[in-house]
Amino acid sequence: MTDNRFTNRSELIGILVLAVFLVVILPLCLDVFRLNLVAKYLTYAFVALGLVICWGYGGILSLGQGVFFGLGGYCMAMFLKLEASSVENTKIQSTPGIPDFMDWNQITSLPLFWQPFHSLTFTIAAVILVPGLFALVIGAAMFKRRVGGTYFAIITQAVAAILTILIVGQQGYTGGINGMTDLRTLKGWDIRPDHAKVVLYFFEVGLLFICILIAQFIRHSKLGRILVAMRDQEDRVRFSGYSVANFKIFAFCVGAIFAAIGGAMFALQVGFMSPSFVGIVPSIEMVIYTAVGGRLSILGAVYGTMLVNFAKTSLSESFPELWLFGLGGLFIAVVLAFPNGLAGIWQDHVQPRIDRLISSRKPKSESGWTDNSVADGAPAE
Amino acid sequence: MLIGHQPKPFLLAVEGLTVSFDGFKAVNDLSFYVEENEIRVIIGPNGAGKTTVLDLICGKTKATSGSIAFRGKELTKLKENQIVKAGVGRKFQTPSIYDDLTVFENLEISFPRGRTVFGALTFTRDAVVRDRVHEVAEMIFLKDRLDMSAALLSHGQKQWLEIGMLLIQDPDLLMLDEPVAGMSVSERAKTAELLNRIIKDRSVLVIEHDMKFVEDIAHKVTVLHQGQILSEGTMEKVKNDPKVIEVYLGH
Repeated sequence: MTDNRFTNRSELIGILVLAVFLVVILPLCLDVFRLNLVAKYLTYAFVALGLVICWGYGGILSLGQGVFFGLGGYCMAMFLKLEASSVENTKIQSTPGIPDFMDWNQITSLPLFWQPFHSLTFTIAAVILVPGLFALVIGAAMFKRRVGGTYFAIITQAVAAILTILIVGQQGYTGGINGMTDLRTLKGWDIRPDHAKVVLYFFEVGLLFICILIAQFIRHSKLGRILVAMRDQEDRVRFSGYSVANFKIFAFCVGAIFAAIGGAMFALQVGFMSPSFVGIVPSIEMVIYTAVGGRLSILGAVYGTMLVNFAKTSLSESFPELWLFGLGGLFIAVVLAFPNGLAGIWQDHVQPRIDRLISSRKPKSESGWTDNSVADGAPAE
Repeated sequence: MLIGHQPKPFLLAVEGLTVSFDGFKAVNDLSFYVEENEIRVIIGPNGAGKTTVLDLICGKTKATSGSIAFRGKELTKLKENQIVKAGVGRKFQTPSIYDDLTVFENLEISFPRGRTVFGALTFTRDAVVRDRVHEVAEMIFLKDRLDMSAALLSHGQKQWLEIGMLLIQDPDLLMLDEPVAGMSVSERAKTAELLNRIIKDRSVLVIEHDMKFVEDIAHKVTVLHQGQILSEGTMEKVKNDPKVIEVYLGH
């Protein structure tokens, strides 16, 4: 009996392949600079992973994931900024002991909502809870009123725009358009040198795998199947006794929390946070990563994010003005030609060949890493 | 203690039900009663408000006025999932099944357990669930299709699957909207047989156009016309009612 399992064999192989790739191959092959780039890409992979649950399975297209990425990132950055703004470090300011941008904006004491961010425990809780609760409020307001589809996507965009404007406008409290820069230490441990970057990279990969396993668990639970069911036949689910809104809120909150973890890792890894990761454009880019990877594939989201970002880095190094056209073209190509993204290509073209190759040698064996909502999860009787 | 005649408790009592869409009264001051273990068929010309009545009972449409009492519980104030929990199941006109899931998974989702978010996360497919799915699958002639993707079923099989999804829910009142529409003659016969088997211990409210089928299954027939009851009674009585012949059967 293999039904209702946490993960099946081919998925397990896929997860192991990704683990070897991220934990062994990349650190061995790349210098610290490039590895740190990968670490930056992987912070977006958290967002893409959340979108697989929320959009791929739940059918809820959010064009505002940057909001949650930003909220998570800003929570982390606030802690790091406070630590970097010790009285000793800021003695040239007119008010020492507060972040530099506050001083420039004639703020003379630390605002009340900044106070708890002196505590790392509070900060870690806030990274999860602030975006989680925000998603809960938006989700409850929208889904209980049966707002969905395009309308929901537009509203999430509006939220992304509003939050950007708010952050930029409240310069004294948020660092404005420049964001929070010059983040230095985490509990006294310097996060800037190369060896710290490498440690953070491995920590991040560990977190990513925890999130992958959570996503796997959700997907293989009945809740995962209800999300798939809701995507096509919302009324049927409703009249089978489920509160559709609650399931949508759950999926949206999971997506938000994953994004927030990515944002917090971004602040640590890259050493700053700014409103340019919150707004509409980054939010849409995040959706494209998921689409390229395959919106139904948990692992595909990780590969898709890395691939698009590699392309972005190399293309924008040589042709900066062409990149946005490339990105747009890529999105159109994926939607028109490969609706299931890289994972779909793998599943339809590569995996059958590998299967044939293997089965010609030893019959009855499976391999590959893609996941598919249709083919597996079926009860083997 | 007994004063006069004690009425038999109805399973479903619809009284003065009215729904108005921008002034158009799709259902107008409708009252009818369904007893325990009764098969009631609603017939009527297109636009008579038949589907709207089912929509109102299951909570898909909110009533403008009137009451729907189910086992003494007022349904008009409940949410859709609470109405399901109270014991009302509804099949839609076009087969509403989950194409991306297998037949087994389709049935499993309707199993009445783990309906909250947390319940669904921790739901386990134990022997009780498995046995019940197999039992229902056998009833709806899909025993050997359990692992098949539901998208690959024929139209008739999809209708059966949705009936099966309702059966596993085990409602006290089963509402079926045109269950044999688009079915072949042999599928129709099998569906009639299926319905006759599943009506034990529950009441059924059916909308149907196929008069032969209605005659086969109905205990009582309600004829709707322009949101109101035109005639009600046994098939024999309704068939010979001149008003019914004029607006519906005559065509």
